[in-house]
Amino acid sequence: MAFVTANWNPLGDVFYRKFALYSEWKLKEDISNSLIAAAPYGGPIALMTNESRKERSPSFRPVMEIYSSSGNRIVSFPWKSGIVVHIGWTTNEDLLCIQDDGTVLIHNIFGTFKRHFSMGNEVLQNRVMEAKVFHSAYGSGIAILTGAFRFTLATNIDDLKLRRFPEIPGLKCPPTCWAVLMEDRQTKIILATGKDLYVLDNASYKSVSPPGLGPQVGGFTQIAISFNYKWLALFTDTGSIWLGYSSLKDMLCMVDTNFQTAPKQFVWCNRPKSSNPTVIGIWDKLLFIAGRAEETIKFYLDEDVHLVPEIDGVRIISSNTHEFLHEVPPACQDIFKIASMAPGALLLEAHKEYEKESQKADEYLREIKEQNLLYEAVEQCIEAAGNEYEPQMQKALLRAASFGKCFISNFPPDTFVKMARDLRVLNAIRDYAVGIPLSYPQYKQLTIEILIDRLILRKLYPLAIKICEYMKISEFQGASRILAHWACYKVQQKEEPDDSIARAINHKLGDTPGISYSEIAAKAYDCGRTELGIKLLEYEPRSGEQVPLLLKMKRSQLALLKAIESGDTDLVYTVVAHLKNEMNRGDFFMTLQNQPVALSLYRQFCKHQEPETLKDLFNQDDNHQELGNFYVRSSYCNETTIEGRVANLQSAVDEYNKAKHEIAAKMTEDQIKLLRYQYRLQKEVGKTYLDLSLHDTVSTLLLESKHKQAEQLYKDFKIPDKRFWWLKIAALAEKGDWEELEKFSKSKKSPIGYMPFVEICVKHHNKYEAKKYVAKVNPEQKVKGHIIVGDLEQAVEVATERKNESELNTILSKCTPATDQRIVEKINAAKTQILKK
Amino acid sequence: MAARKDAPSLPDFDVLKRLARDQLVYLLEQLPGKKDLFIEADLMSPLDRIANVSILKQHDVEKLYKLDNKPVVGVSDQLCFLVRPRISSVKHVAEIVNADKADGRLRKYKIIFTPQKFYMCETVLEEEGIFGDVTIDDWDFYLLPLDDDLISMELPEFFRDYFLEGDHRWMCTVAKALHVLHSLFGPFSKTYGIGRCAKMTYQLWKEIVENTESEIKPRQAEIGQVFFIDRDVDYVTPMCSQVVYEGLVDDVFRIKCGSVDFGSEVTSSEKSVKVLLNSHDKVFKEIRNEHFSNVFGFLSQKARRLQMQYDKRQGMDIKQMKDFVSQELKSLKQEHRLLSLHIGACESIMKKKTKQDFQELLKSEHALLEGFEIRESTTCIEEHINRQISPFESLRLMCLLSLTENGLISKDYRSLKTQYLQSYGYEHILTFANLKQIGLLTEQQSGETLTAVESTMGKLVTDKAVGKLTDAFSSLARKSHFRALSKRLNLIPRSVEEYDLKVPRDMAYVFSGAYIPLSCKIIEQVLEDRESWAGMEEVSRLLNSNQFATIERSVDPASSSSVQRVILVLFLGGCTFSEIAALRFLGKEKGYRFVFVTTAITNSFRMLESLFETHL
Repeated sequence: MAFVTANWNPLGDVFYRKFALYSEWKLKEDISNSLIAAAPYGGPIALMTNESRKERSPSFRPVMEIYSSSGNRIVSFPWKSGIVVHIGWTTNEDLLCIQDDGTVLIHNIFGTFKRHFSMGNEVLQNRVMEAKVFHSAYGSGIAILTGAFRFTLATNIDDLKLRRFPEIPGLKCPPTCWAVLMEDRQTKIILATGKDLYVLDNASYKSVSPPGLGPQVGGFTQIAISFNYKWLALFTDTGSIWLGYSSLKDMLCMVDTNFQTAPKQFVWCNRPKSSNPTVIGIWDKLLFIAGRAEETIKFYLDEDVHLVPEIDGVRIISSNTHEFLHEVPPACQDIFKIASMAPGALLLEAHKEYEKESQKADEYLREIKEQNLLYEAVEQCIEAAGNEYEPQMQKALLRAASFGKCFISNFPPDTFVKMARDLRVLNAIRDYAVGIPLSYPQYKQLTIEILIDRLILRKLYPLAIKICEYMKISEFQGASRILAHWACYKVQQKEEPDDSIARAINHKLGDTPGISYSEIAAKAYDCGRTELGIKLLEYEPRSGEQVPLLLKMKRSQLALLKAIESGDTDLVYTVVAHLKNEMNRGDFFMTLQNQPVALSLYRQFCKHQEPETLKDLFNQDDNHQELGNFYVRSSYCNETTIEGRVANLQSAVDEYNKAKHEIAAKMTEDQIKLLRYQYRLQKEVGKTYLDLSLHDTVSTLLLESKHKQAEQLYKDFKIPDKRFWWLKIAALAEKGDWEELEKFSKSKKSPIGYMPFVEICVKHHNKYEAKKYVAKVNPEQKVKGHIIVGDLEQAVEVATERKNESELNTILSKCTPATDQRIVEKINAAKTQILKK
Repeated sequence: MAARKDAPSLPDFDVLKRLARDQLVYLLEQLPGKKDLFIEADLMSPLDRIANVSILKQHDVEKLYKLDNKPVVGVSDQLCFLVRPRISSVKHVAEIVNADKADGRLRKYKIIFTPQKFYMCETVLEEEGIFGDVTIDDWDFYLLPLDDDLISMELPEFFRDYFLEGDHRWMCTVAKALHVLHSLFGPFSKTYGIGRCAKMTYQLWKEIVENTESEIKPRQAEIGQVFFIDRDVDYVTPMCSQVVYEGLVDDVFRIKCGSVDFGSEVTSSEKSVKVLLNSHDKVFKEIRNEHFSNVFGFLSQKARRLQMQYDKRQGMDIKQMKDFVSQELKSLKQEHRLLSLHIGACESIMKKKTKQDFQELLKSEHALLEGFEIRESTTCIEEHINRQISPFESLRLMCLLSLTENGLISKDYRSLKTQYLQSYGYEHILTFANLKQIGLLTEQQSGETLTAVESTMGKLVTDKAVGKLTDAFSSLARKSHFRALSKRLNLIPRSVEEYDLKVPRDMAYVFSGAYIPLSCKIIEQVLEDRESWAGMEEVSRLLNSNQFATIERSVDPASSSSVQRVILVLFLGGCTFSEIAALRFLGKEKGYRFVFVTTAITNSFRMLESLFETHL
C-alpha cells in the first residue's frame, strides 16, 4: 500500500493517475489504421479497418469488430454496405455507421442490423466529408459536414428531424476543425477556418473571438468540448491551448505547449465539480495533460492510442492496454497523499495498526477524536473506497470505516451499507466476463436502472436479476421486467419449436406480477411466429390484454372470444367494429349469431344507428318473429302515411305467419282492418280516430252517438259480448244518455249481469236511474245493489227473505245514527228469527 | 321490533358522496371559465343529491338545462353535457354541436359520461363527425347512498338491457362499483350469489381485485359478507302489491331517488311538497317498514304524543319556556309537519286503494300465490282488462299468474292477449313479445301440463324450443318453478288468519302474512347456519344452478364476528322496498345488518314500464 501514490502525477495542487482497467488486454487490429469508437460509461468498442486509407479493391470487405470493454470480442462481421466515414455509439449502446452517402446504419451491440435512415438529399448529393456523433439530454445526435462545406444535423436519431445549418459566406475550403456545442438547449456548431471562429445555429451564424488570445495567433487547429458541454478548448497554430467556457466569453487560462502541429486527439479530462479542468492532447507517442497550473504532465506512449472521454476522466485504448486516466478524487487524495494527516488517513492507519494488534491504533484514534473528526474520517474512508478499483483497497478502506464507526454512537449506517452494496455491484460488472468498467461517479450518473438495462442488452439476464434482488429493486421494475426481456429474446430463437419455447417461458415466468404475456406474444408475432404468439397469449391471465394482439394477428374470431371472456363490452365492441370492416356481411352475421353477447351489443347499436342492418341480421337468422316485431315497430316509428303503415303491418303478418305465430298474424290483420276503418271514418267525419285502441274507438263512437258504426265494429271484430256491454254502459252513462241505457238493458239479457248498471249509474251520481236496475240484479247481489243506491229498507227486506245473516250484518254496519231506527230494529228482528231456526 | 343488542353498526357511506362530488368539481374545473351545464333528465335527481346548484355555481356553471330535443338557447361559449352513455344522448349532443357548426358558432364542448363512457358512444361521435370538437370525460359516479343502509346505482336500464336485450355492458360497471365498496369498506371475507349475472359480475369483480391487489392497504373491514342476487331469480316478489308503508308510497306516489313529491291531495294545499324519505325523517323511520294496516294507528298515537309534548307548555315558568322554545319546539314543529304529511299520504293511499277494490285485488293475488282458484282469478283479470281499469295492474296480474303457474295455458294466453290489445292498443303486441322473451308472461307449451313440466324440469334448459342461442340467454331463467320452490322453502305460511301483523313473526308480514319473498328467503337460508348452499341443491337446481359461495379470506372468528354480520346484498336488476323491509326485519331478528346495493329501486310498475316499447 505504500505504493498507492506511485502512479500519481501532480498537476497544480491535484494529482492525476493512470491505471490499467484490464490487465489482459489485446486488440488484434491496428488502431491507427481503423475507425474506432467506444461508447461512454464503460461501453463497448467498435473497430473497423479504415478502408479509405488503403488501396481500394472492389473485392475488399472491411470487417466490423465489436469488443466489450474488457476486450472480449462480442462479434465480428464483414461490412457489406457502403463506405463508412464515421462510427459512433448512441446512448442506448447502438452502433451508428455513417456512410459517405449520408445513410446511417444502426446495429445493436451484437452486430445485428436494426434499421437505417438517411441524412437527407443534400448530404447524398454532396457526400459526407466528416461526421460526429454527439450525446445530449435529447438523446444521441449526428452532425455531418458535407462536401459543400455545409452542416446537416439531427439532435435525436430516434426522433429524426434533419436540420440544415446556414452557409458561411466565403467558405471555400473545409473548416480546419469543428465541434458540436449545446448551449441554452440548442444544438450549435463551432468551427474554425484559419483564424476565424464561427458559431452556427439553426438560423444564423456569428463570428466569435475568444478573449485573451494574443495577436500572433494565426489559426485554430483543434477544438475540444467537455463531456458536459461546459468547457471548451482551442489549439492554436502557435502551439498554445486556450481553455475557457464554452460560451467563449471567459477564458480560464492559456497554456503554451511548444508543439507546432495540432494534436491528433484533443479531449477534456475532468472530474465533475473539479476546479481544475484539464485537456489532454496526443502527439504521436506523447500524451500531454495541461490545465490551470504551471506544470504539465507528459506520458510517453508505446503505441497509438484512442481517447474515450468519460464524465470523470478519459479511457485510453491501445492495442495492448486499456487504461483510465483521471484526477484523483479528493477523498483518495486526502487519505493516500504522502504524509497526509487527514482524518481518513489516520483512521486507515489506526485500523492497520489494530490489525497488527499494536497499541498505536489507539494513538491514531485518539488523535482523530481529539480533533473531533472521527465522523469525517469514517465518511472519508467510505467515499474513498468507492473511488478505488482494487477490491483489496476497497476492503481495507471499508474495514477502516467500519472500525471507526464502532467509536461513534449512532453513526447512520446507510452510507456504509449503501457503499458496500454499490461496490459489490460495481465489482461484479467490472468483471472480465461482463466488461463494464464503470467508475463510482459514472455509476451514480448512469443509475442502477439504466445499468440493468445495459445488462439486459448484453443478455446477462441472471446477473441482472441477481443485482435487482440484491439491490432490493421491486419485482415489478426489476426481476419481472428482466424476465420479460429474456422471454422476448427467447422467442427469437428460431431453431426451437413453439411448444418448448412457450413452455420454457411459462415455466420461468409463471405468474410473476407485472409480466405481460401479451407483450412477449407481440414480440413473437413481430418475429413472424404467429403460432408461438397465440400459445403465449394463452398464458395471459387478463383476456382483455390478448385482444388487440389477436386482432393484429388476424385471429378475429379468437379475439372475439377473448373479448367476451373479459366481460368488457367495450372490448367486444371494438372487435365487432373490426370484424365488420374485415369480413363480408354474411360471414360477419354468422359470426355474430354464434356470439350472443356480441350480437346483442351490435343489435343495440343498430337499433339506433342502422335499423336496416338490424333487419338484415334477423333475415340472416330466419328469425321471423323478430322480423315481424321489427316491421310493427317501424310501422309506428318511421311511417307517417296510412299506406306505409299498412304495408309495414302487412309485412309483419307475412313474417308472423312464417314464424308460425298465427295468433300474432291474426291480431296484426285485425289491426290493419282497424286502421283502415279508422282512416275511412276520419275522412268521413273529419275527426282523428287513428291509434285509438279498438275499445277506445268503439267507446268514442258511442259517445258521439254513432251507434250504427259501433255495432258494426262490434260485429266485424267479434268483440266479446261482455266487453261490449261493459264499454257501452260506461259510454252511455258518461254521456248521461239514460234513455239509451235503459233501452240497451232491455235489448237482451245482460252477459255481465245488472249490477254493473247499478254501479255505473251511482258512479255518475244518478241513484234514480240506478234503482231501476236493482230489481234485475241477481239475488246474490241484490242486497249489495240496494245498499249502493242507499235503499237500506229494501236491502233489509231482501236479506230477510234470503235469511242471510251476514248480509244483514253488512247492512247493520252501514247504519249510522242518522238512519231510521226502524231499520235497525227490523234487522235485529230478522236476525233473531234466523237464529231461532 | 326492537333490534338485538349485538347488532353491528353500519359503515358511513357519506364518503361515497364526497368522492363523487370532488370528482365532479374537478371535471368541471377542467373546462375553466363560465359554462352552461346540460343534464340528462334522469340524472337530475341523483346530481341534486351529490352537488346542489350552489356548488355548481361556485364552479362557474352559469345555467342549468335539461338535455332534451330542443335547440339550445344558451349564450355561453362553453357547453358541458352530463349524460349517461346512451347512443340517444350522444346524438342529442351531436345535434347541438352540428347546429352550432351550421350557424358558424364557435363553442367549446365537453361531454361528461357517468358512470363511464362506452366505446360505442365514441363511435357515434365519430359517425356524427364531431369527435374532434368535444372533449370527453368519465365521472365515476357509481353509487348513490339513498339512506344509511341503502345504496342505489340509479341504473334502471340495467334491468331491460341485461335481462331483455342480453346486453352485458353494465356488468363491468357494477363490478367496478363493488370494487369501490370493497376497497373502502372491505376486504370482504365471504361471498355468495345466485344467478347468471351475479356469477359473471362476481368474476369480473374478482379480476379487478386481482389486478389491483397490491394497491389496497390492509385495513379493518367494515363489511364482512356479500350476497349477489339476480332479479330474475325472483320475479314473483316484485309483481306483488306492496303493503309495507314505504313500498306502498313508492307504488302510489313513485319515490324518486329517495324523495317523493306529495301532491295537493296529500298536502291539502295548492303546492306540492318534496320530501326526503330516509331515516333522518323521525316519523317515517318508524313507519316505513310497517304493514300499512298498522300505520294509521301508529300515526294517531304519535299525534297524541306530540300533542302531549306541546301541552307541556302549560304550567311552565319563563325559563323552562325559553328552553322549550330554543330546544324542543323546532324539532317538534318539524315532526309535526312530517306527521301531517304522512297522515295525508295515508289518507290519499286509502282513498285510491279502496276505489280499486284493493282488498279484492290482494285476495286474488294471495290466491295466485297459493295456487288456488286459478279459474276465478283468470276471469277476474279478464274483467279487469275489459273494464280498462289499469293497463299496468292487469298486466301485473297476468304476469303473476304466469309466474306462479309456469305460464298461462294457451287458450287463456291468447284470449287475454287479444283482450288486452283490444283494450289498450295493438302496439302492445311488442310488449307481450318482450314479456315473453324475459319470461314474465309466457304461454305453456302445447301439450304440456303443469305436472309434465315438473317432471322434465331438469331438461328444460336444453329444451329444443329454446334452440336459438339468442333466446337461450334470456330464457335460461325463464321457467319458473314457483310452486315447487314455494313448497320447499315454505314461502306460504300455513294459515293466514292467525297472522298478527302488529307482531310479525317472519318476513311474510311484508305481504300481509301471505307470502315470504322468495329472494329474501333464499338469502336467509344461505346465511343461516350453513353459510353455503349445502342442503339447498334442489332449490338452486330449480333456479338454474348458478349459485356460488366463496370464502375470500379466512378471518379470526373472535375478533371480527360483528363485522361478519354486516352483509352487503347486491341486487342485480333492482329490488323493491318490500324486500328491503323484509331483510331489515330479518336483520333485527338475527342480529345482522344488511347493506342494500341495487342497480335501482324497482316495483312492478317500473319493471313493466321498462318493457314497454316507450318510443311508440
